[in-house]
Formats: sequence, C-alpha cells, structure tokens
Amino acid sequence: MAPSIETIGLTKRFGPFTALDNLNLKLEGSKCVGFLGPNGAGKTTTLKLLTDMIFPTSGDARVNGVSVRERRKEALADTGVLIETPEIYPSLTPTEALEMVADLRGVPAAERQDRIRTVLGEVKMTDWADQRVGRMSKGMKQRINIAAALVHDPSVLMLDEPSTGLDPRGMAEVRTIVRDLKQSRRLIFLSSHILSEVVDVCDEVALIDRGKLLFYDTLENVTARFSGGFTSVDVAFARPLAPEDVAQKIGTLPGVAGVQTLDPKRVRVRLNGGVEAQERLLEALAGLHLGAISIADSGSALEEIYLSQISRGD
Amino acid sequence: MAAEVGAARSVARKVPESFEQVTKLARYQLREYVRSRRFVALLVIVIAIGAILTVVLAHFRGLLVSDTAAFYGSFWGGAVDLIIILSAVFFGGDAIAGEFQNKTGYFLMGLPIRRGAVYAGKFLAAFLASVAILLIYLAILLLNGIYYFHANAFPWQLGVALVLALVYLAAVMGATFFFSSLFKISAYGFVLTAILFLFGFSLLADVATDLVKIEPWMIISYAESTIGSVFATNPNWGFTGVQTVAPIVGASWSAGIGEGIVIMIGYFLISALGGLWLFEREEFS
Ligand SMILES: Nc1ncnc2c1ncn2[C@@H]1O[C@H](COP(=O)(O)OP(=O)(O)OP(=O)(O)O)[C@@H](O)[C@H]1O
Ligand SMILES: [Mg+2]
Repeated sequence: MAPSIETIGLTKRFGPFTALDNLNLKLEGSKCVGFLGPNGAGKTTTLKLLTDMIFPTSGDARVNGVSVRERRKEALADTGVLIETPEIYPSLTPTEALEMVADLRGVPAAERQDRIRTVLGEVKMTDWADQRVGRMSKGMKQRINIAAALVHDPSVLMLDEPSTGLDPRGMAEVRTIVRDLKQSRRLIFLSSHILSEVVDVCDEVALIDRGKLLFYDTLENVTARFSGGFTSVDVAFARPLAPEDVAQKIGTLPGVAGVQTLDPKRVRVRLNGGVEAQERLLEALAGLHLGAISIADSGSALEEIYLSQISRGD
Repeated sequence: MAAEVGAARSVARKVPESFEQVTKLARYQLREYVRSRRFVALLVIVIAIGAILTVVLAHFRGLLVSDTAAFYGSFWGGAVDLIIILSAVFFGGDAIAGEFQNKTGYFLMGLPIRRGAVYAGKFLAAFLASVAILLIYLAILLLNGIYYFHANAFPWQLGVALVLALVYLAAVMGATFFFSSLFKISAYGFVLTAILFLFGFSLLADVATDLVKIEPWMIISYAESTIGSVFATNPNWGFTGVQTVAPIVGASWSAGIGEGIVIMIGYFLISALGGLWLFEREEFS
C-alpha cells in the first residue's frame, strides 16, 4: 500500500472563526508535497488535525487510509511528526528522548541504539548526544525533534516548518535530509515559508489561504499554469541608468515585455519566454554598453505565483 | 491492534500493545521524577518528618507509646494524609497540565499512543512514586514501633491501615489528575488539590455534621478518618449511615472501615475517570 494522507471535507472552527474550511486533499505515493500559505492560513491547524492533536468540527483526516480520530494509534503507527516546535523533557538527553520515542513506537531494542546514533548524526547532534536537553538552544532542540520524527524510519512524514529556529547551515542540512529521505519510498508533507526550500526538495505544492485550498498540483504544472510563459530577471549595472535609457533602450529590446526600475543601478525585466529569451537579452545588453554587470533570475517563479495568488483576496 | 508497520522499511517494528505502552511510559516518567529531583525533594521532606517524630517520641514518650493503637493511630492515622497529599501534588499535579503548559505534549502526542494510555501511564508512575514515599514513611514508623513495642510492633490493624492509605492515595491522586486535566495551567491544579484536601473537605464535613446535621459520607475526609480509627478498640466495619444521632447538641458520626473504602474508591473512580474524560477531549491548540 502506498503511503497516503487524506483530508475529506476537513473543517475546523474556533468559536465563530473558521480556521480550516472544507479541505479536500489527497496525497498518495512517494513524494514530497510542500504546504504553503501565509501566517494564519491554516497549515498547522491541518497538521494538528492529521495527528489528532485537535479535533475536526466536521470532516475526516486519514493517514495511510486510517481515520486518526477513530483509530489514532493505528493511523500514527507509521508516521513521523514534527508540529509546533515541541519541547522535550528537559532532564533527558537526546539519546534518552529518542529511546523513549523508539521504545513507545516499537523499534526493536536491538536496533534502537543504532538508529538513534544514525539520526543524531543526520541532524549533527552526535556531540551533544548525552547532554541534558534542558540546557540546549532552540535550534538544537529542533534538530532533536527532527531526529525524533525520523528515528523509526516512517513511511509518512508530516513536518511543520522544520527549519524554524535553525541557522542557515541547519536549514541547508534539513534540505539535504529531506532530499535524502525521498530516496526511499516515503510521503513527505512539509509546511514551510521558505519557498526556495520547497522548490528545492518538493515535487508538488499545495497552497492554502484563510483556511481554503487554492491549488494542489505538481511544481511544473503550477509554474506553467500561473506564470503564463513569462520569466523575469534582475539586471545590475555598474553606474546609474538614465530613465530614458531604461524605457527606450532596454524596454524596446526583442522579447522584453516590460521593465521596472528597482533602484538607479538595477532593473527588473519581464521576458516573453524562458532561458532562450534570457540568452538574447544578455547579448543585447552587452551591445548597448550601459555597463550591465550581472543578470539573475529575479527569484523563484513560485514566489511570484504565491504572491499573486495570496494577494488576490485582499 | 499492534499492526505490523514499516514492513517495507529498513526498521521493521510493531507498535506495542497499549498496556505495554502504559508501563513503558510509567517507567520513563518515574525516571523523570528522579532526574528532576522531585522524588529526592519529597524523600527529604518525609525523612525530616520521620526524624522529627522520632525525636519527639524519644523525648516525650508518655501516652503516645502507651500502646500500639495510640502510637500508630497518631503517627499513621494522623500524619499519613499529609504525606499522601504532598505526594499527589508533587507527582501528579502537573502530569497532564504540564504537557500543555510546557509544550511537551507536542512531542508525546505525535506518537501512536492512545490518550488513555498516556493518562494511565502517568497515573501509574505518580501512584508508584507516592507508594514508595509512603513505604519509606512506614519504615521509619516501624523502626520506632519495634524500638518501643518489640515483637508487638505489628498489630493487624496496621495492615488494614496501609490498605486504607493506598486507597486514599488513589482517591487523592484521582482528584489531582482531574484538576490537572481540567486546567491547562499546573498551578491551579496544585493549589486546588492542596486546599481541598488539607482543609476544604474537613471543613465541609464539619459543616455537614454540625450545621446540617447529616452524616457527611459524601465528603472524603470523613472516609479518610478510618485510616486512624481502625486502631480504635472497636473499629466499626459496617456502614454507619443508619446509626442514630447522638441525642445531645452536636451530632456525630464515624465512618465504618468498609464504608470508608467504598467512599474512597468512589472518589477515585469518579475523579480519575472524569480526568480521563476531560483529557480525551482536550485539544493541543
Ligand atoms: N486555539 C485556537 N483558538 C482560536 N484560533 C486559533 C486557534 N488555533 C489557531 N487559530 C487560528 O487559526 C488560524 C490558522 O492558524 P494556523 O496555526 O493553522 O496557521 P498557519 O498556517 O500554521 O500559520 P503560520 O504560518 O503563522 O504558522 C489562525 O488565524 C489562528 O489564529
Ligand atoms: Mg503554523
């Protein structure tokens, strides 16, 4: 049976406020699904409903085909969960905390120490394996939380902003871990605010806003659907540009659909087409002798889609 | 329901049966009591109480050591409830509320474990830690008893009084867990349990007896008095609800031992199950 996460008409109200509104989502198979949405969109709410930490007002949440509300133990048997930056009993050491998790999850005693060493290595906590958790920093605790979600090698992973509190290297390590995890048959549901992280490791994205699902599709389909065949690049110059140069020289180059001045020495150029359009722009800019020194993707396409979709409702 | 999981994965495993999870969790919780020095703190308190009582006895002797009934009646019957209440508050006070308040619940509740198993595991741990404390107090008492009464230091009533104390402990722990589930802030549970059991209930019992003039069987401090009254010459075993009221101004009742046990078990069941009912419905939001 392929790993799966499913929400059926899942709705959660807090008093009069609807945090999640009739969410229908079915994730199945081995892949990483990015879960995006602005603050308060309902991502954590969804993940808590999927782990029976909170209870739906209506609808159902199923993991591997089992309703978490009806049979939480069975539904969560093969999942690794990281939600809301949990605190770990301060008197325990990382090794002991993971022992408890592995023991309660039924990892055989013979394999426990091996697994614990492996996952502590993956999150770079080997050197602190036997220090008390109580004295550790937020980022170190988060690393242990990640290790706890992995220690039993689950087929379904639900991670709520796993990079929270991590330093840049920690964030990069999380990406590597998630990418490695994808190698074996596994479904990963990853909520994140870091779009580059999602583009980097995920195959599919679901976007929610104000408790409603806006779309769920593969990254390619999303990009193709929403970008309308445009790309945009930022060009930097060695010296300030004259406004008429921007409009008349750059704006009229072949393939350029629009130019926007970011600052006197930087413009954002919207192009008709993909990489070949960028190639032509680069050559044409060189010919203009305006002092162009660099050209770069203006940021991920996903970011533009995200911003355009989210701001729509305002 | 211990479904084989992760069969296709590198770590083959089987989620333990719920009762196994209860004992496993209890074991980790007991270690936590030791680590967090909570157990040691209470141990120090109990040993201090034991030391004081030993010194007081050695100094005054008198009526207190005139016979075993007076001795155990005062030092078990009269003091053990304080130790029980302290243990319940120390070990059970934040058992449930702490999971919410300290956000450790997010660590625990992502695991494939029923809420009932979490509750039972924590209850078991708190109960066993308290029993250990009680037994240490009993040991101190027995050492004194042996010193003063030699071979006569083990009246049969002591066994009954121990059972009564354990049942009372279950009831107090039940109430503690109830309050711990009711409030997401540990301190509320601590304070309420302590106030109710230290004076609240006995105050209510007095009101029932003296003002309303009814048998205060519904108040647990009434049942708790059996822990001491079992040492009386003629302990009352049956229900006392039908006893006639003393004809003079102040009405008075004394609980029978059987009655006491029934009442305390009733308190235990209602409060412990009520706490579980609350915990099953509580959201980690
Ligand atoms: N216990 C609660 N009581 C009332 N409202 C709540 C509760 N929990 C969450 N909410 C509301 O539900 C909405 C969704 O919250 P949620 O935590 O799911 O957002 P999120 O998408 O995870 O946001 P973020 O990116 O900031 O983590 C928010 O408006 C939040 O205020
Ligand atoms: Mg969130």
